[in-house]
Amino acid sequence: MGSTQLPPGTEETLAATTAAAAAPGEPVEMVQLLGPDGTLGSDPVFSDYAKRIDPEKLRVFYTDMARIRRFDQEATALQRQGELALWVPLTGQEAAQIGSAHASQPQDYIFPTYREHGVALVRNVDLAELLKQFRGVSNGGWDPRENNFHLYTLVLAAQTLHAVGYAMGIQRDQKLAAAADSTDPKAAVIAYFGDGASSEGDVHESMVFAASYNAPVVFFCQNNHWAISVPTEVQTKVPLANRAKGYGFPGIRVDGNDAIAVHAVTEWALEHAREGRGPVLIEAYTYRVGAHTTADDPTKYRESAEEAAWREKDPLDRLEKYLRTEGLADEAFFDQVKADGDELAKYVRSTTHGLEVPDIRDAFASVYAEQHPLIAEELAWFEEYSAGFESDQEAAN
Amino acid sequence: MATMTIAKAINEGLRASLTNNPKSLLMGEDIGHLGGVYRVTDGLIKEFGDERVVDTPLAESGIVGTAIGLALRGYSPVCEIQFDGFVYPAFNQITTQLAKIHSRSLGKLTVPVVIRIPYGGGIGSIEHHSESPEALFAHTAGLRIISPSNAHDAYWMIQKAIECQDPVIFFEPKRRYWLKGEVDVENAGLSEDPFKAHVVREGTDATIVAYGPLVPVALAAANAATEDGRSIEVIDLRSISPLDFDTVEASVKKTGRLIVAHEAPTFGGIGGEIAARISERAFLHLEAPVIRVGGFHMPYPVAKVEEDYLPDIDKILEALDRSLSY
Repeated sequence: MGSTQLPPGTEETLAATTAAAAAPGEPVEMVQLLGPDGTLGSDPVFSDYAKRIDPEKLRVFYTDMARIRRFDQEATALQRQGELALWVPLTGQEAAQIGSAHASQPQDYIFPTYREHGVALVRNVDLAELLKQFRGVSNGGWDPRENNFHLYTLVLAAQTLHAVGYAMGIQRDQKLAAAADSTDPKAAVIAYFGDGASSEGDVHESMVFAASYNAPVVFFCQNNHWAISVPTEVQTKVPLANRAKGYGFPGIRVDGNDAIAVHAVTEWALEHAREGRGPVLIEAYTYRVGAHTTADDPTKYRESAEEAAWREKDPLDRLEKYLRTEGLADEAFFDQVKADGDELAKYVRSTTHGLEVPDIRDAFASVYAEQHPLIAEELAWFEEYSAGFESDQEAAN
Repeated sequence: MATMTIAKAINEGLRASLTNNPKSLLMGEDIGHLGGVYRVTDGLIKEFGDERVVDTPLAESGIVGTAIGLALRGYSPVCEIQFDGFVYPAFNQITTQLAKIHSRSLGKLTVPVVIRIPYGGGIGSIEHHSESPEALFAHTAGLRIISPSNAHDAYWMIQKAIECQDPVIFFEPKRRYWLKGEVDVENAGLSEDPFKAHVVREGTDATIVAYGPLVPVALAAANAATEDGRSIEVIDLRSISPLDFDTVEASVKKTGRLIVAHEAPTFGGIGGEIAARISERAFLHLEAPVIRVGGFHMPYPVAKVEEDYLPDIDKILEALDRSLSY
């Protein structure tokens, strides 16, 4: 959506306001439009982008954030009831995910980590598919090509390099398309990762490659403040957004609990990438309100006061306040959102119970794309072995 | 027919793939204007440009990781890892991502990436430049691992690797880069299937299995054994994963004795796998235990003593003696 032309002076303003390096401990500029109290502020660059968001779109943001939070609660409950082996909650990060995902276009390709349930929702992935890998019936589930939403990658930061390579492929495709006078829309890639993963070497290498080849990729870092039990301060002594300066591309810290600002900044960054201006790093400053996973216990490593302080900045509350104050949504709307959420929860619960357990033969079939003698030999052995049990059974009968 | 070195044959094979497949591209350190440290990609950047022969930043995980991304976008990248001992920074991308994406996606995604690695010793080099890490990769399902031993195979096997929809690690016997041989660029012949072993010398008394740099050594040992009146069969494995046990088994059923030679350390190596499988498949045909000839359980030693480390004609003959006198 939106124009592909950057407003005059955007690059200069960004250079002055966002890429300035802060010394360790110094405050860093953070783009914020919708404050925790629900009032809309302004920004010299991004207010223009925020103006593109019409009231209907704002209601969609709210609806999606509420739905994914409800989904998150349901998945957590399913794990507690033994229906899932593990769950990775996203509560607190709804604005970062819904806001950024809505800035993407269908032709963009997205590489998530394993917590991007909100992004999956916006990309129309069937949420029941997400639960497959947490129920132990699949390592993936959905077809990434259907929604240009890649499979979850569990090895931290590995996908950031895949994103850059994919973006390098887009660059080559676009050259061919330009030569053929194609009118296909230009595309970019989003690489999601977190503050913990930012310490991985693959993040560094991906930013070096992206900068060297001017790849159309947006690095979207959700700084949720905790890598399981280790705080961001152990990962970095400078604001993560400032690291972009070292690679030679723009870095922007945005209030990750402000869906409007996240959307505006991501839309700017994606346009920047699609137009061939190179990569952008966005640090969405947010907070993981719940545990890292259902196997974790945050009371062992952080203060409840900290959690309470972040709850005051809740992404849903502030958008609800804004929608109510501005008269953009009425009680019936919020009632409907709640009803939709309950409906989704019901769907997810019933679908989870019905998820089919695969046959190990499917695993044999997918190791290689082409025929492989060892796979054939081991499968044949397994068939014979299994048949032995069946004939024993028949004999017993 | 043309006579060329193995290095030139790979160069010509890459040229043919770049010509025939517009989605193929090469990427690695110094592979562009320099033509690679072994000049295997010499001249290709001039012919195909820097979008298809890509000088990358010096980062092996980055090379393989971005190659995976390119493959997901429909490209067929061929990565060069400069030396065997420098592949480890990419080990995570190769084993947790490249090998598993097809399986993870239940076959919906393919990642046809080729990783070229010059490997093995015998060149008097410094640390990390003489290793044979093939067993580390063979242990990972989802990868295919092949290694040519002659120019004709080198020319065709690199092209077949690029055509293959699975990831392929292509181990290049670096000390044989300058070994010349006849290449039929019109007909692949027996090289058509890169995953089949070849009987390169027929014999009746014992079988030597080797691959890559040790095939010429195995052949020389077999020739030397004829002086003692021994008839030795030699198999060039060509593919390490999948491994063509059928060809090895058929040979052992004929000769009754098996020697497996590789430069990689014996412990936990491919030789052990072959010995185990053959003992399962042809136990009653064996006249002697399968004997492995390989590297010692030590980091690859300094160049001045590598001759003592590497399997050579004498070590293979000694193994043959043990087998034949068992």
